Amino acid sequence: MALRKTPLNAVHRASGAKMVDFGGWDMPVEYKGVLDEHRAVRQAVGVFDVSHMGEIEIRGRQALDLVQYITVNDAAKLKLGQAQYSALLYEHGGFVDDILVHKVADDYYFLCVNASNQDKDYQHIQAHNRFDAAVDHAGDQYAQLAVQGPLATAVLRKLTDVDLPPVKRYHFLDGTVSGAGARIARTGYTGEDGWEIYVAPDQAERLWRQILEAGREFGIQPCGLGARNTLRMEAGMPLYGHEIDATITPWEAGLDWTVKLDKVSFLGREALVRQKERGITRKLAGFEVTGRGIARDGYEILANGVGAGWVTSGGPAPALHKNIGMCMLPLPLGEPGNALEVSVRGRGVEAITVPMPFDKRAR
Amino acid sequence: MYPENYRYTKEHEWVLLEDGAGTIGITDYAQHELGDIVYVEVPKIGTHVEQGKSFAVVESVKAASEIFAPVSGEVIAVNDQLGSKPELLNSAPHSDGWIAKIKLSVPGEIVQLLSAAGYQAYLALNSDV
Repeated sequence: MALRKTPLNAVHRASGAKMVDFGGWDMPVEYKGVLDEHRAVRQAVGVFDVSHMGEIEIRGRQALDLVQYITVNDAAKLKLGQAQYSALLYEHGGFVDDILVHKVADDYYFLCVNASNQDKDYQHIQAHNRFDAAVDHAGDQYAQLAVQGPLATAVLRKLTDVDLPPVKRYHFLDGTVSGAGARIARTGYTGEDGWEIYVAPDQAERLWRQILEAGREFGIQPCGLGARNTLRMEAGMPLYGHEIDATITPWEAGLDWTVKLDKVSFLGREALVRQKERGITRKLAGFEVTGRGIARDGYEILANGVGAGWVTSGGPAPALHKNIGMCMLPLPLGEPGNALEVSVRGRGVEAITVPMPFDKRAR
Repeated sequence: MYPENYRYTKEHEWVLLEDGAGTIGITDYAQHELGDIVYVEVPKIGTHVEQGKSFAVVESVKAASEIFAPVSGEVIAVNDQLGSKPELLNSAPHSDGWIAKIKLSVPGEIVQLLSAAGYQAYLALNSDV
């Protein structure tokens, strides 16, 4: 099957970005290098093309009822212009996807979902739509650029008349950025302050160039998915297919805070209640490699020399100068301070469980 | 870019033969493809390696990659600098970023490898860089 492309594909290729197949999308993995790009976002500002992300719009008289039924978090608590991290679950309590829910109006909710899950998510939501609500798969109607880093607001405010500083984290506004209509959300996947900007696809190239131009004085760096992954890992943020998937529940993924059992009933609730009653037997944990070696996704975790779990995401943490990872472990092995080994090509490399996020500055 | 007196593999290793010993590293093309290199696992001195078999591991930020021995023989030296400076593979892949020296056990193997011109022609045919 042909790879899907974002509106910026030709721009990435012309600028010499290294491209990879990411879940069926032809995406830039790095421009200058993952380490430089990671550093730029931690210390200044970087811009990412995340147009591969999916958008699903829910509108209608019972839009909130549908959102409440399909998600774990309490969307009724959202104010206009507020966004919320949440998840779609199957009836058995495993993840369909993790998502962001934006409340645009009382009868209009805007969901940002993972690129390679968007078709599945849309079908899942439609299949459970027994409400007076219309569900639109709007992935092709939006490009998305993420401007991330401590200087992200300084860059973006040059391009918009929206008053950005008063916008709080996980809030958004509809306005214009360099003349194009945009949804401007103070959200991100890097652990830094920053913005995710949704625009029409035909505006993406112009906006990309203007952001780079506006950011030049601040040392802006175009960033690829390589840095996006190291940044989110340092921030302890989950990635679908790694920390979460259909076989893992929010309790096991350490995402208890997203689950509001006291709201109206929702898909997966009964399974979550049952699992909590039975007791959780395994949980996601963070670890630091203390020996010499790098833990990679899928490597086995050993406790007292015996296989106990697996690395869900692992690699270097460039800003911390350590090798870190997340892993799924039976309780109580994942409690912080436990000595473990990671099996690196058949060799046991020492590691210790630590609290997340790894980068204490992460927000 | 690619020294004339080196020999190359299609897996992007190079070998410089001097007095029956081959110094081995990865090519500039390889380091560029891998990106920022953060860890190199070198073989132990005295290890016997076989042509085409994995003998070292180079790790970039993104992934671990096996490095295949371009020639067979015994490892007689390794580049200790790589422990603290793995980035030498990025900055000087054909010199200071060498990985190991191997005393050749099958000297004839070297002629199976590509010349600098042959390697560059191979790159031109097989990549988009």
